[in-house]
Amino acid sequence: MRDRLRNLNFIDLFLWVVRAAIVAVILVGTVKTILSNPYTLRNWEDFIIFGIAQGSMYALIAIGYTLVYGVLQMINFAHGEFFMSGIFASTSAVAIPLARAGYLASHPIPSLLLIALCSILISIAISLLTERIAYRPLRHAPRLMPLITAIGASFFWQYYFRGLFGSQVIPFPDIPQLEGTVPFLHTQVLKSHVLVIFVTLVVLIGLNFFISRTRPGKAIRAVAENKDVAALMGINVNRTISLTFATGAAMAGVAGMLYALVFHQVHFFMGFIPGIKAFTAAVLGGIGSIPGAAVGGLFLGLFESLGPSLFLQSLGIPAFNQLKDVIAFTMLVLVLIFRPQGIVGERLKEKKA
Amino acid sequence: MSFFKDLDLRKLGMQLLVTSIITLSVSAIGMVELFGGRYVITGLFTMAQILFLGPTAFFAYRAVRETPGSQKWLGLLKALLLGVSVGLVMFAFVWLAQNFNVRSIFINISPRLINILTFEHAGGGTTLLITLIGAALAGGALAMVPTKLRNALLLGASITLLVGLLSEILSERLRSLFSSQLSSAIFASKALLLVPAIVLFTLASAISFLRQSGRIGTGKIGPDLKPSQAKIVRTALISLFLLVLPMLLGSYLTEVTNNIGLFFLMGLGLNIVVGLAGLLDLGYVAFFAIGAYTMAALTSTGHLGLAEMSFWVALPICVAVAAFAGLILGMPVLRMRGDYLAIVTLGFGEIIRILALSDLMKPYIGGAQGILNIPKPMVGELALIRPEQMYYVILIGVAIAMFMSTRVRDSQIGRRWMAMREDEDVAEAMGINLVNTKLLAFTIGAGFSGLAGAIFASKLGSIFPHSFNLLISINVLSLIIVGGLGSIPGTLVGAIILVGLPELLREFAEFRWLAYGVLLVTMMLSRPEGFIPSEVIKRELHAGDEAEQAG
Repeated sequence: MRDRLRNLNFIDLFLWVVRAAIVAVILVGTVKTILSNPYTLRNWEDFIIFGIAQGSMYALIAIGYTLVYGVLQMINFAHGEFFMSGIFASTSAVAIPLARAGYLASHPIPSLLLIALCSILISIAISLLTERIAYRPLRHAPRLMPLITAIGASFFWQYYFRGLFGSQVIPFPDIPQLEGTVPFLHTQVLKSHVLVIFVTLVVLIGLNFFISRTRPGKAIRAVAENKDVAALMGINVNRTISLTFATGAAMAGVAGMLYALVFHQVHFFMGFIPGIKAFTAAVLGGIGSIPGAAVGGLFLGLFESLGPSLFLQSLGIPAFNQLKDVIAFTMLVLVLIFRPQGIVGERLKEKKA
Repeated sequence: MSFFKDLDLRKLGMQLLVTSIITLSVSAIGMVELFGGRYVITGLFTMAQILFLGPTAFFAYRAVRETPGSQKWLGLLKALLLGVSVGLVMFAFVWLAQNFNVRSIFINISPRLINILTFEHAGGGTTLLITLIGAALAGGALAMVPTKLRNALLLGASITLLVGLLSEILSERLRSLFSSQLSSAIFASKALLLVPAIVLFTLASAISFLRQSGRIGTGKIGPDLKPSQAKIVRTALISLFLLVLPMLLGSYLTEVTNNIGLFFLMGLGLNIVVGLAGLLDLGYVAFFAIGAYTMAALTSTGHLGLAEMSFWVALPICVAVAAFAGLILGMPVLRMRGDYLAIVTLGFGEIIRILALSDLMKPYIGGAQGILNIPKPMVGELALIRPEQMYYVILIGVAIAMFMSTRVRDSQIGRRWMAMREDEDVAEAMGINLVNTKLLAFTIGAGFSGLAGAIFASKLGSIFPHSFNLLISINVLSLIIVGGLGSIPGTLVGAIILVGLPELLREFAEFRWLAYGVLLVTMMLSRPEGFIPSEVIKRELHAGDEAEQAG
């Protein structure tokens, strides 16, 4: 017993050192940056708006992780691929032919809707296939097994789509009507960022309505609460789980569309990093909670866009923007270690953590 | 109406759909085209044909196997239906590709692919349709052959296929070990000739058939030995074989063997972490990188070298540093389980990779340019430059690691790990100190990986951060899963299949990760215990089966 106590103390000490070091980096960096003040107010506003736009995408992807986790208590490692598949396929097969035909420039709204619809449908199809083939047969297996099939499915889809549409970065066609900026308060905001934030808001409100008011949404909540009881109440559990995957994938499809509009390019490997970051966002907000995913996504987007300039620059780190992803990953690691229940979430039961 | 009920249209429809999708996919993602030039038997048939005919034959075979014994003709009808529908789908595919510009979207649907699919006939997909029907019927017919004969035929076919695939290497080996006449009598232009192929197929099938019938091969060869003596003889024979192996293999194959050895080494380490202790670590490549960078920094004669030590002095330091890193990274993640642990370790791995690439660490480890001028190991005055010489270094490393992992697995620590893997709470209640046990698994696993990394750095002579990406972790994880979690011989088999085979089938490189994905999913679904399962895991995974049968 004493031996064990000594061990724990040592490890707790170690963790406290890690905490203190991180807090020190953030504090020292921030104070130094504020004192030296290398940016104008305008720069900071740009950072913030870009952060919100980026965070909106993370929020949409994070919802897929959160929904599936809520229902199956499993991390859907392949979710980033649902995000990639929809927009990658619909860019190659819909957006580029439309742009070549000139229809995209002349009728941007119907074409964008068409591209978004294709992106959503393909993401849904991929998610349903993955769920049916790789997850459903292992629902009662040890937890390691569905995780491994998820990793396998993730690689399979990446290289499958690479085979279909090629390994190069495909530029998403430019839409003249979305170029340029609009005035907002006393600053200028990119039109594409406004569109991203607006679409995210609409989609999130729609999702909230779907989950809380409609029958299928109630079924999802019931299954998340207790599968056996839900089945006794006449809910088709398998179908509801498929519906959960489809809902998450639809969000990922929308996020993919927004990603293409902001970054103007798609790639077969594009799902990996946003996938992990969105998972971070889901954990930040408390995995299993939909508002949590939205808040977490926003927080992560802001943190990532402000972080390098705010904490790292004044510490004299060369090329500090290279470390943008390190910030997100460090945050992931720290949150999982210190607060797996998330920043706003309640304490998870031991079996879930 | 009972005819349609027997036919089970819904299930048949599902099979049709799956087969069509697979056949379409292998064509559309470029696999067929890539393997189009790879002849198995010179001038007769290629890997590509196996790829697009194989699925139909296989599913037809399954359809016939699934129909009850008295209705075999119904099964054959299903096979026919399957062949006709997949044939029609592919016919439509060829027609579409010939008449529309599909290639602007699907980059791999090229004229060459269509040539391969239509067997170079200008007319269109008719030949393909007929061949697919033929393949389906052949697959169906195979299912109706008596079991012994069927097994013999399948074994003969697989051996012929394997020899055909490896022709390039086998013919080179035959030429240098025996004579070039022998080689050119069997192989021509990187494939088997027809007559040797038939001879090989017949021989392999016949031997297998006779063995199954118990006519040959059951008698014991050699004197009777006690088990302990037999073990010594076996060990001696294996050691002798391993010592002379590079001479048999030649330079290129030895290099492949070396890679297998390094991955086996990493596999042994990860096997402790994942297979025995049940902690899924996706950032395992980090320790490989730490081992490699430590070796580079300690021994390099370039401007980033710190000490210019000799390989042998640096080696234990690398292992220690990697093991220490395992301990440090292990500490914060102690309280995590399952999928959370996987994601955190993945995050760690990525952080280390990005840091290694960044300008921040560039003055110390060279950024994207890496560390150059890492000397080879020296034995006296002799530098071990050739792969045949490096082989022995890796062999020693593997031998030590195998010895250690066997001993550790069978010791009290190994049992603690397995208890923890089964149920942490129960293990803790039994008085197992989870903290120490977990940290020990992380540390030992990291040490093995560091050893592999150190040898890797010295073997290559220069290292770059790009060599240490997530794919390495996935590769190692795949090989221990394919071989069998927790099983040491399984790890070796996994390394040979997943590292050795892709090196030998170089066309395959582009689809390596696709194949890994399929392999991971199918292994988990159909054979979660792996090819060479460890006894404990097998019992655990099939405990449910017996209970179901009993109940």
